[in-house]
Amino acid sequence: MGDPATLGTARAPLADGMIRVEIKEKRFGRLPVLSHVAFEVAPAETVAITGPSGIGKSTLLRIVAGIDKEFAGRVDTPARIAMVFQEPTLLPWRSARENLTLVHPGLTRAEADAALARVGLAEKAGDFPGQLSLGQQRRLALARAFAGRPELLILDEPFVSLDPETAETMIALTEALIKEARPATLFVTHSETEARRLATRILSLRGSPATLAPHAVPIKGVNP
Amino acid sequence: MTDSRVVTGISLAGLILFWWAAALLTADPTILPEPGALIAPFLRELASGDLLYHLGQTLVRVAWAFLLAMGLGLALGLAMGRSERLNRWLDPWLVVFLNLPALVLIVLCYLWIGLNETAAILAVTLNKVPNVTTVIREGARAVSPELDAMARVYRMSWWTRLTHVTLPQLAPFIAGAARSGVAVIWKIVLVVEFLGRSSGIGFKIHMYFQLFDVTMVLVYALSFIAIMLAVEWAILQPWERRVRRWRTA
Repeated sequence: MGDPATLGTARAPLADGMIRVEIKEKRFGRLPVLSHVAFEVAPAETVAITGPSGIGKSTLLRIVAGIDKEFAGRVDTPARIAMVFQEPTLLPWRSARENLTLVHPGLTRAEADAALARVGLAEKAGDFPGQLSLGQQRRLALARAFAGRPELLILDEPFVSLDPETAETMIALTEALIKEARPATLFVTHSETEARRLATRILSLRGSPATLAPHAVPIKGVNP
Repeated sequence: MTDSRVVTGISLAGLILFWWAAALLTADPTILPEPGALIAPFLRELASGDLLYHLGQTLVRVAWAFLLAMGLGLALGLAMGRSERLNRWLDPWLVVFLNLPALVLIVLCYLWIGLNETAAILAVTLNKVPNVTTVIREGARAVSPELDAMARVYRMSWWTRLTHVTLPQLAPFIAGAARSGVAVIWKIVLVVEFLGRSSGIGFKIHMYFQLFDVTMVLVYALSFIAIMLAVEWAILQPWERRVRRWRTA
């Protein structure tokens, strides 16, 4: 750990279900990476975070997700968080179905199978992730994220390094699942097109240390 | 698979042939009896129940020392691999224990605790824990930070994380530590028995050593080697194949 004064606090969400992020500063060693990044995400809102590579987008997501707790500031998030990483990040030694039921102990076998079927993996329940194609592994990661009925969904460049066709399938599937489950969604991308397609609002990180650019305007006219 | 078994069979037959030739050249059964000369004494010891009793005693000690050494080594190695700070503090201890000769630990345990079962098993365990710890620590250092992050985001319970996220990643290291562990432990158990117990294979070898009875030393030693090979083939190797199943599926 570190000096308690420099540690961020994660607190229970307020009654309105808003996700509040107030990062005063995040450093790696002596290098400040993020400075004064504050925003809110309302329930069912989809917020995209854009910015050039290496600016600290993933760092920001890791702080919001609660993976990185060494920062100054505070983050209020709901209890049920799901995250889709850049890589599928599955348990390769457990079957596709177990990858859902182990992560979500409340999930029954039938529910897990239904979640697999929803992403087109009904036939693959007993397979190990290594037997699936990369596209299928990513869909499994997506199924895992939605199986816990998350209140906050975090996506870290989930469509990167996919061929255009697979990427299109994934984007469409993600779009549909978000519409069904309606979690508050925070996602990082460096593709302006992806951001415009999925998000109701775009925030962009600029500068060093990175801070939020002022033009954080609603793009679909959705005002939560 | 079958091919490698044939080779193993032929190779072992060659070893027995070599022994037989050596016995023929020595031409003195009190120094090196030929393989066939062991069968009658072996059957006699088996029928009297002596062989099984002492085999049993040694096996129980091996099992205890193995379980204790693996358990302690796994916990320590995991903790040291995950926490660089703890590692800095405990590493010098580990180096000291790694370089402490087995004989010194055995003698000290007997001197401090007494010539009893506790001292015997503790001596063997302490001899093996540092090796297991070193191997497991390597594995724990290589644990995937991405899977760690995933487990944290999805708030997996510590037990699920341990059994389904961490230990499967350590499986090759655990298997390695277990195999070399069994091999080393049973050898040290014999020394411990030789020095201070009144039962077990080591005790019998001590007894026949004082009688200069090469035949009986070989009967007891080979019986136990056969058992340990059976453990390796019947338990450790199938278990290793099972935990590696996902790699080859």
